[in-house]
Amino acid sequence: MKPVLVKGSEAIALGALEAGCRCYFGYPITPQNEIPELMARELPKRGGVFLQAESELAAVNMLLGAVSTGVRAMTSSSSPGISLMAETFSYLAALELPAVVVNVSRGGPGLGGIEASQGDYFQATRGAGHGDYHFLVLSPASVQEAYELTAKAFELSEKYRQPAMILTDALLGQMKEPLLPRRLRVREYPKDWALTGARGRPARVLKSLFLGPGELRARNELLQKKYRAMRREARAEVLYAEGAELAVCAFGSLSRIVKEAVEMARKKGYPVAFVRPITLFPFPEKPFRELSLRGVRFLVVELNCGQMVEDVKLSVCGRAEVESFALPPSDLPAPEDIYRRIRRCLRKR
Amino acid sequence: MERRPVKFEVILAGFGGQGILFAGNLLAQAGMEAGLRVTFLPVYGPEMRGGTCNCTVVLSDREIASPVVTRPRALVIMNLPSFEKFVPRLKPRGLAVVNENLVPRERAAEFPGRRFLFLPADDLAEEEGAPGLANMAALGALVAATRVVPPEKVLSGLQSLLPEHRRHLLEPNRRVFNRGYEFALRNSATASER
Repeated sequence: MKPVLVKGSEAIALGALEAGCRCYFGYPITPQNEIPELMARELPKRGGVFLQAESELAAVNMLLGAVSTGVRAMTSSSSPGISLMAETFSYLAALELPAVVVNVSRGGPGLGGIEASQGDYFQATRGAGHGDYHFLVLSPASVQEAYELTAKAFELSEKYRQPAMILTDALLGQMKEPLLPRRLRVREYPKDWALTGARGRPARVLKSLFLGPGELRARNELLQKKYRAMRREARAEVLYAEGAELAVCAFGSLSRIVKEAVEMARKKGYPVAFVRPITLFPFPEKPFRELSLRGVRFLVVELNCGQMVEDVKLSVCGRAEVESFALPPSDLPAPEDIYRRIRRCLRKR
Repeated sequence: MERRPVKFEVILAGFGGQGILFAGNLLAQAGMEAGLRVTFLPVYGPEMRGGTCNCTVVLSDREIASPVVTRPRALVIMNLPSFEKFVPRLKPRGLAVVNENLVPRERAAEFPGRRFLFLPADDLAEEEGAPGLANMAALGALVAATRVVPPEKVLSGLQSLLPEHRRHLLEPNRRVFNRGYEFALRNSATASER
């Protein structure tokens, strides 16, 4: 199989098609327009539906309608557009619908800018809308991974009857790398909840209003039980853990720059490990816990004012020192900037 | 001429409309077709025709961590603002392929320890009857001077990149690329003096 040179955003769209996505609903926003562009070209050829809605609100509610029939469907947007969708995210979670949402995030708050940013980490992992809920959140670091994790998002969203999000940014969205568009096995799960017409069977109901005594509590407990079960899907990339004194952590496209810095530090003999969460929710607590039990310290590098660092702190439970290297959206950092911080961090002890 | 390095980073820069992104994309495509790992990172911002434009290409025979590069091994410089912005970042002994139609040669003296290959990219393209393709002349010179990818991979990459309705541009692109390539074979890069 020959590789193709594509952007991260295109790889996301190709991954969705590979997973059998049949419907796309969206509203244009920079920097993710390559996703609707490719979907508009490819979905009609495959008997699917591409629809440019009148707004993000309409798009996400069309998504809700489509996935409640059991069809594989997605939407994509960028930060301000994702905020507009937040109300319906809460309903998707409440109705336990396997929708896939892509956020090619940009700098905020407000309209912010269009540069790469990771300022939506909290919004993605804590649930952007109201109520106690989470999306399952995956964050790719390469074009190949963007393809594969998007397909995985469709599978996991059906496995757990659970909305899933791909959280990425302009850096990965816009860069090109070779992609091997290999066939992926995307498992199917029974959809005994889908609204497919009740002829010849009892009616099914999808609802999120629970007014009876104890009903809402039971509902929430059920959701929480599911979120706990999802922990087995937690994934991370861990390198050079052996003998490390400091673990440098980053997610998504920034982790590429951080990995380069870690390689530079290791070439100079510094005992530095690299940890990259791939699932942001569930957060991969295990490698953090294990490293902290061995006395390793942590440096968390993010393109925001310090968000994932809180999950790292929760994972190590005060057993290890956790330092934040927060980079609010502006120009991308150079590997050398991060390398210098690593060196400073190691010398402090 | 250099032996093909393990890892090669190049920033291509000029103004919007000069085909900077196309040339970078083509180099990455050629690298991929030659079996290398590649990344292509376009500048990302509210750019417009006539504004500044640049992209970074990394080619390597190993996994590429960062697509963002501060100190590249090579530059393709198509106009003066790009020269002023990027040449200071060039690695010592790094090579800058510079469009001398828009950048005066004497500016090289400001940057000792770098190597410069000035070529009249716009003239070469114009002589081939393709005035918009100075980017290809510069890319040809870069490929000849660094041997980072075999020239035939650039030409096959061109076929992969040009969509069906632009196939008539294949021939002019190829001709201008070859002019730049031959120019660089005849004129080796010179190190600026200290």
